[in-house]
Amino acid sequence: MSIRWLALLPALGVFVGIIFANRVTPYVLGLPFLWFYVLMCVLLTAAVMAIIYAVDPENKRS
Amino acid sequence: MHISALIIIFATILIALVLGIMAQRNRKMDMEQWTVAGRGFGILFVFLLLAGEIYTTFTFLGGSGWAYGVGGPAVYILAYGAMAYALSYFILPRIWRYAKEHKLISQPDYFEQMFHSKSLSMLVALVGVVAIIPYLQSQFTGLGLIVEVASYGAINHVWAMVIGMGVIAVYVTISGVRGSAWTAVLKDITILLVVLIIGIALPIHVGGLSTMFHKINQLRPGFLTLGGHGMGLPWFISTVLLTSLGFYMWPHSFGAVYTAKNERVFRRNATFLPLYQLILLFVFFAGFAAILITPGLKNTNLALMVAVEKVFPAWFVGVVGGAGILTAIVPGSLMLMTAGTLLAENIYRPLTGASSRQVQLVARIMVWVVAAITLYFSINSNATIVTLLLMGYNFVTQFFPSVLLSLFTRKGVTKAGAASGIVVGVAFVAYFTLTSTSILWGMNTGFIALLANIVVLLLVSAMSRNSSVTEMEQMQS
Repeated sequence: MSIRWLALLPALGVFVGIIFANRVTPYVLGLPFLWFYVLMCVLLTAAVMAIIYAVDPENKRS
Repeated sequence: MHISALIIIFATILIALVLGIMAQRNRKMDMEQWTVAGRGFGILFVFLLLAGEIYTTFTFLGGSGWAYGVGGPAVYILAYGAMAYALSYFILPRIWRYAKEHKLISQPDYFEQMFHSKSLSMLVALVGVVAIIPYLQSQFTGLGLIVEVASYGAINHVWAMVIGMGVIAVYVTISGVRGSAWTAVLKDITILLVVLIIGIALPIHVGGLSTMFHKINQLRPGFLTLGGHGMGLPWFISTVLLTSLGFYMWPHSFGAVYTAKNERVFRRNATFLPLYQLILLFVFFAGFAAILITPGLKNTNLALMVAVEKVFPAWFVGVVGGAGILTAIVPGSLMLMTAGTLLAENIYRPLTGASSRQVQLVARIMVWVVAAITLYFSINSNATIVTLLLMGYNFVTQFFPSVLLSLFTRKGVTKAGAASGIVVGVAFVAYFTLTSTSILWGMNTGFIALLANIVVLLLVSAMSRNSSVTEMEQMQS
């Protein structure tokens, strides 16, 4: 199975996980929970894409 | 008199012009140089060109204005960028490869080459220009507001928009895409600094991040989450889908993809761009702080500038204004240039069979025509910046199904399928736009149009496949 499937993880966070995250409390780092949650999704996207980039054989060529 | 703010703003415009003019020295400006810089841009420039479109007036004034005006739903802006970048990893390298192989210059070229159809490419060009106009309008609107506020009313926003339009059009006529890249460097540095300063200072001014959000939540319960103004979870999900799929379907973004030196540039950028996205958070902080600093503004687009004006000294208002102007000039020039190229290269040329020289001249004239039309709309409208952008997205995302299918399973989509999908999608969008329906059944109407588009595309492709296969066989025999 290709490492590229990992990209589904942040997508699930944004399109499905959001259903459970639409709330103000608890505040995390001063942010309303919804905003903190979406922030985490963005960070997760960056991390996942970095992993995919590092492992994907497509980027090893030349 | 707050002359310092004005001096800084006009100095910024001057620097941008000089950079634009310098960028084209010693280069023969044929169409490939003017629009795709000879396909020679590396990671940094492609990053800035693609990111340059994210940090536009849309995010700077629009994003903060939405945080100020509608609250929670503004969080979609944070999410859709990240989704778009993840997607870019998989589709941009393929688009780039195809474009390079066939020496494509514009987005309609892609459709013409893929489906062997001049009329389809003309349709795509036309829809592209229609979509760009509200986007460009949002940039002009932002420009007008910035100059108006920063000059403390000395220049009214109509004149400010006229000046801004002139600057952008001169700039594009002279230097093309290279001008955009250099000014993008200047823009990204200033906007980064300005957004960080404002995004930290304004919340501190109202008692810190946590106090700020607690106060807003007490003042207006439910404001910080999804659900207000009919924008609940279904709206969020459909809007993020619509905008992240459409992100690279903008004619100017699609075209910026062609400027890369190699395809790895995109994969590398897909990992950095989501982090760059975090700057947006500070824009929202500024917008939220504005609720407590300057409540009750009728024009929410103004929230950030007015809050800055109330808290900071005049010279800093000038710096913020200058940065804001760059966020309008860079993407604005790219959009204008693209609109000019689309009209000249993809509609005028096939209709008249004109020579390359003539097409270049027409492209530069069209830049002014589109600028004038957009200016007319900008003066007569008071839509929020985000609403304008979403309107454009409704149009461009209609390209996505046929682009995706043609990239991955060329056989899955026929010329007739692609054309009818786009026509139906655009017809839906036009209807929703004319009736001012942006939300239906809790969902973004652009997304509903996209679904209709996909259904029609698949049905028509399935029906026309047999005939096109026999056509191909006939051609071969």
